[in-house]
Amino acid sequence: MAAADAPMVIADDLHIVYRVFGAGGDKGTAATALLRIMGRKTRGSIREVHAIRGVSFVAYSGDAVGVIGRNGSGKTTLLRAIAGLLPPEQGNVYINGEAALLGVNAALLDDLTGERNVVLGCLAMGMSKAETKEKFPAIVDFSGVGDFIDLPMKAYSSGMGSRLRFAIAASKSQDILLVDEALATGDAEFRVKSHARIQELRKDAGTVFLVAHNLEEVEQTCNRVIWMERGKIVTQGEDVIGIIDRYIEASGGTPVDRDPVTGKRIHTRVPAKT
Amino acid sequence: MSNDRRLSAPGQLQAGDEFATSGLVAAELPDTPLAELATQHGLRPSAERPPVIQYLRHLWQRRHFIMAFATARNIAMYTEARLGQVWQVLTPLLNAGVYFLIFGLLLHINRGIPNYLAFLVTGVFVFNFTQRAFISTSTVVTESLPLIRALHFPRAALPLAYVMIELQQMVLSMAVLAVIVLCTGEPISWYWLLVIPALLLQTIFNVGAGLATARLGSNVNDFSQLLPFLMRTWLYVSGVLFQISTLDIARKWVALLQINPAAIYIGLIREALLKSQRQSQPGAMPYNALKCAQWHHAKKPLDWSAYCAPVTNPAHYWYYAIAWAVLALVVGFFFFWRAEAKYGRG
Repeated sequence: MAAADAPMVIADDLHIVYRVFGAGGDKGTAATALLRIMGRKTRGSIREVHAIRGVSFVAYSGDAVGVIGRNGSGKTTLLRAIAGLLPPEQGNVYINGEAALLGVNAALLDDLTGERNVVLGCLAMGMSKAETKEKFPAIVDFSGVGDFIDLPMKAYSSGMGSRLRFAIAASKSQDILLVDEALATGDAEFRVKSHARIQELRKDAGTVFLVAHNLEEVEQTCNRVIWMERGKIVTQGEDVIGIIDRYIEASGGTPVDRDPVTGKRIHTRVPAKT
Repeated sequence: MSNDRRLSAPGQLQAGDEFATSGLVAAELPDTPLAELATQHGLRPSAERPPVIQYLRHLWQRRHFIMAFATARNIAMYTEARLGQVWQVLTPLLNAGVYFLIFGLLLHINRGIPNYLAFLVTGVFVFNFTQRAFISTSTVVTESLPLIRALHFPRAALPLAYVMIELQQMVLSMAVLAVIVLCTGEPISWYWLLVIPALLLQTIFNVGAGLATARLGSNVNDFSQLLPFLMRTWLYVSGVLFQISTLDIARKWVALLQINPAAIYIGLIREALLKSQRQSQPGAMPYNALKCAQWHHAKKPLDWSAYCAPVTNPAHYWYYAIAWAVLALVVGFFFFWRAEAKYGRG
């Protein structure tokens, strides 16, 4: 494991461009496709979407970085780039170790049972057979899917599915864990458990990136925040509360009541506390 | 690389779109250039493929994953069907039945081939192994996208697992084939053991070819549409339904068809399993021009193919089998590995 304060993720003037096929242009019928081929024209309907435009940051071991911003600001794209799933157009992302991405719609293998998904997931992450056997009960227990474990995952509710996925990915101490709204569908109890697990991963000198629209979740979990708009970083820093308040202000939300000393949120009702 | 021309993409920052960030303490980036900092601390670009040796080591580490994945898929494949696993045997049987009906009974393509049923069924089963390996691996990347995006593992594990699924089915098919072959009156012999190395080589060939088709199918959608037609053409020219040597084409074309990988593996397994094939192999008897001509041209053909001279030397077929397997594996592996960082883009 890396020493404390060692850089784990470095983005250096990162640009990501998506190429989207079939976006408008011609009518997409067989006739127009034929004309296109006969005319030796390149597909007129390729559009480029410049999703990340010049992002630089350094995240250190033990960091939990919250990424906030409106829909379409490039948060998910950034996580995918860190995971190495999108080759950069310009600049680069450097990582120390391996990154695992947990997305909201990243079902593992839908037509297999939860049980088999757990085993396959563990083996795919490079665990030995014995290790898989040893971790199996803990993963099932953590996911809380109970009797559903021997049903195919397509029978799961979205919350159950994402709980199981998180449990699998979090069972190995990942160097870098990228959580993309994967906790959003979980219930309150699971959220408490997953926060505890994220803190543990941070203690093991791992780095966690969290994309969440639930800002309170970011506040509770993260020690750093990156605020993105339209593919660029508006601001980033360790002043989590300050940045979040400014973000709420910019998007026209109601300001959060805060205790002037601790900066903690003041709730009119007492929330279910851990 | 200039970035200016790309700024035409949607989502440009407009004037008045700035956000008030005064008063916030922004994190300072380190003074060292970031790329240098990354090298200093041993960070690697995230979208970088590992070197070959390391890749192979990771792949070896995942061997249990490959087998478990193959088994799980194999079971899941038929859970929706009422007959379940029976389809594994039923599908090739029905296939062979259809071909026998059309080519054996209706078209009489079986001219001059002793024990045509066993000849045909062996050909169909062996070709089916390669065909299914090709077709299933062509969609493996798109099918497993969620898995690829969620977890880190060498992607070559997926096409490998798909070929293992087909191998598991092939072993089952072989058991069925043995029964059929016995029923048609072929004797059990030590030659049967030759099926094992032949299948092994065919599997290696399929792995290599599967890796290549997996990459082709991952980014060219048109490829998986086209593949079934390519496979059908391959089936017809590989001597699954007839003896290639009966074709009325130039000798060099016959030779070319005879040494194509499908024909080689089919030929080897036929020869191992079927005594009738071993005996009727061209060159099995001393050359006799008259008998050979009769086999070729007589109205009611006699099984005298053995008296013809072989176009390609059957003794060399094992070398071809090894060469095809090694060639496919090496080329397929490097072809797949080169795009390792790109799978999962979707």
